[in-house]
Amino acid sequence: MKELVLVFITSAFVSNVVLSRFLGLCSFVGVSKKIKTATGMGFAVVFVITIASAAANLIYDFILDPLNLEYLQTIVFILVIAALVQFVEMVIKKYSPALYNALGVYLALITTNCAVLGVALINVQEEFNILFSIVNGVATAFGYLVAITLLAGIRERMENNDVPKAFQGMPIVLITSGLMAIAFFGFSNLKF
Amino acid sequence: MSKQNKEKTSLLEPFFNGLIKENPTFVLMLGLCPTLAVTTSASNALGMGLSSTAVLVMSNLLISLLRNIIPDKVRMPAYIVIVASFVTMVQFILQGYAPDIYEALGIYIPLIVVNCIILGRAEAYANKHSVGLSVMDGFGMGFGFTIGLFLIGAFRELLGAGTIMGFKVTPASFEPAGIFVLAPGAFFVLAALTAIQNKLKLPSATNGSATRSELACGGDCLSCHGDTCADNKSKLEASKNNK
Repeated sequence: MKELVLVFITSAFVSNVVLSRFLGLCSFVGVSKKIKTATGMGFAVVFVITIASAAANLIYDFILDPLNLEYLQTIVFILVIAALVQFVEMVIKKYSPALYNALGVYLALITTNCAVLGVALINVQEEFNILFSIVNGVATAFGYLVAITLLAGIRERMENNDVPKAFQGMPIVLITSGLMAIAFFGFSNLKF
Repeated sequence: MSKQNKEKTSLLEPFFNGLIKENPTFVLMLGLCPTLAVTTSASNALGMGLSSTAVLVMSNLLISLLRNIIPDKVRMPAYIVIVASFVTMVQFILQGYAPDIYEALGIYIPLIVVNCIILGRAEAYANKHSVGLSVMDGFGMGFGFTIGLFLIGAFRELLGAGTIMGFKVTPASFEPAGIFVLAPGAFFVLAALTAIQNKLKLPSATNGSATRSELACGGDCLSCHGDTCADNKSKLEASKNNK
């Protein structure tokens, strides 16, 4: 149990997926203008990463590993993730229109978000079993949700600020992210 | 003779286009994840750039060869499989012949698959042009990306550790600012770079002065979230209209 908590804290905060591993950076900068869209994107990522890390782990443990096909992992994972996102989108559309309205737009944006493939590969690299893989997936996605919501909050507050002309747009977002990354460094001294 | 000349210039054109005019790192701002993640040192940046170049050239070659065979409807999955196969090959070559680079780059090697540049060039260029032109485009874009990564990596290594490619170049009195080789430093360096581009009004996707329409992702990584970019755009527009 203690190890599970440790994995969670490490993946969510200490090596945050965006601020320290630089995965999913495109959507982090691109969809963080408003808190509402940012949280929508964040929850969609939580949803997809959780399912994808479970699916990727099952496929690795029960198909690729027994058949000595580990070298196919990159190809298999990316295809599984792409198909899975499409499938989840169809299922949600059919059975829960309310959830589809909330997440649908963002689901399409996630297919090739490198965070999803990244988590699946990290799970294999760390030799996590299915339980640890899911916890690691949830934690990574939670870290993404926290980071993108914080950034969106800061950007909303910054809208009326007098930013130097050259720094308007992307540069100031990157500086904000850099300062957030410094803040997240504080977590690396957590002791248990 | 004149025909030969024409052939030559048309082959060199996509090369220099990728190298300078549409440089993926500085102008198109594509592939931000590896740009920030692996530029902690000049040698890591070089390893990443050359690996991506190899994948880009090979995938452009194969996709261009198969451009009339792959059905239009399944072209994206087909491209992804082709790119992922080459990435796996590059991964094994690095593991075998450059284990240091392989260790340092780690998870970012398999993640070349989801690099916007590679799928973007497949969709925007290799899909429509002949084999020779596509290969030259792959070399141009690849070397452009490599040079971009190398310059950023060398800059960060110089400020953060006082070395370039592992050799000490600064005087002993220079105190390296370690933050530049850590994660926040990557954000600051890229922020400064884009701010300078804005100030000098250099062509860059971040200030809207570079070409956007020609490319799969509309030209910059910030509005690119995957393989179905045009599709995403229409979905986002539709959702905006609904609200």
